[in-house]
Amino acid sequence: MSNPTTARWVVAEGSREPKNVESVLDLIGETPLLEIRRIAQGISPAVRIFAKLEGLNPGGSVKDRAALKMVQEGIKSGKLREGKTIIDSTSGNTGIALAMIGRILGYPVELVMPTNVSAERKRIIHAYGAKVTFSDPLEGSDGAIRLCRKILEEDPDKYFKPDQYSNPMNAQAHYETTGPEIYRQTDGEITHFIAGIGTSGTIMGAGRYLKERNPKIRVIAVEPDDALHGLEGLKHMATSIVPGIYHEEELDAKIPVSTEDAYAMVYRLSQDEGVLVGQSSGAAMHATLQIARKLRSGTLVTVFPDFGDKYLTTNLWTGWRDRMSVGNLKFSI
Amino acid sequence: MSVRVRMPTPLRKFTNGADEVNAQGQNVRALVEDLERKFPGIKERICDETGKIRRFVNVYVNGDDIRFLQNLETSLKEGDNISIVPAIAGGS
Repeated sequence: MSNPTTARWVVAEGSREPKNVESVLDLIGETPLLEIRRIAQGISPAVRIFAKLEGLNPGGSVKDRAALKMVQEGIKSGKLREGKTIIDSTSGNTGIALAMIGRILGYPVELVMPTNVSAERKRIIHAYGAKVTFSDPLEGSDGAIRLCRKILEEDPDKYFKPDQYSNPMNAQAHYETTGPEIYRQTDGEITHFIAGIGTSGTIMGAGRYLKERNPKIRVIAVEPDDALHGLEGLKHMATSIVPGIYHEEELDAKIPVSTEDAYAMVYRLSQDEGVLVGQSSGAAMHATLQIARKLRSGTLVTVFPDFGDKYLTTNLWTGWRDRMSVGNLKFSI
Repeated sequence: MSVRVRMPTPLRKFTNGADEVNAQGQNVRALVEDLERKFPGIKERICDETGKIRRFVNVYVNGDDIRFLQNLETSLKEGDNISIVPAIAGGS
């Protein structure tokens, strides 16, 4: 006889009718929370852990939310109008989001990104028909920021730059959508919100909303433990151009995570939870488990910014089975 | 024998901000040791505790990833151009 957990999925329990929508843009947001159970073994039974699956946005990442809000605000303010081209620097996901949104709303999109972003991202953006200018990989995302500024200065009237690093609408998108969704989805029981910092839009916006609803909610950021890291999408603040929207004083804590620990967690999530995510999700999960182990009770929510399909050609998956099979996966939690 | 090594931003704190340095070595392994002698601390950023190049670091010799050459044993000759590049861009 199968156990109840299995039976629940083997026997159909009615169906949920998918909603009909007029545009792909209507599918942005309202992502589900996945309860993390198997890899949370050993923590107090009164501690629950949830991950918000942002990979289910139509552009495949959390960046759809900020990109849409920044473009909408640009149109509303008149800064983005017919004849303008959307331009921004990005290491990938925002670029995909802007390329998708630009197609739907009828604006050409130009993106500046370092050549060392994953091949999948380049191909997706290419498939949306956006123009890409590559910056020096040795200069990282800061190099892309600088090159984008230069292109903009040469022809300022041609472009609308959402400027995800400085545009308050980036965080506002999460204040208006991600934060309220999480609060509602946990019936207001959330005690800890944990998210990685790239532009910091997610943690700033959603964190602000959650604190307004309940000042006791702890807002904790996750960042790479070193300037040289392999956590695509995350920024090591101490050595980077600090985003204008980043306000460290609004955070309760910041947890550094090593690339190795984050990668190991990505493997564990794929093997034990059946969810294939990107490395920034691995970092977020690693930090979340660190916090969970110290708690007697609580409801922890973290964000999985995207799924793993965009990283299959990267070093993340090179030889991973060997590392798994010899049992040398190390966890410092 | 001298080769040129281009440094990514996160490693320039070891090179006094230089984006390119000269170093010596018959192969990449020796080159990394020479870099460590010149810029103490840099090796553990590039290599893991077993001495292998970290997975999120790519080393190119004249544009070719050493993983597809002979890895650390890839031989070097005078005037080669080496680049040390993080495998990801970071910070979207």
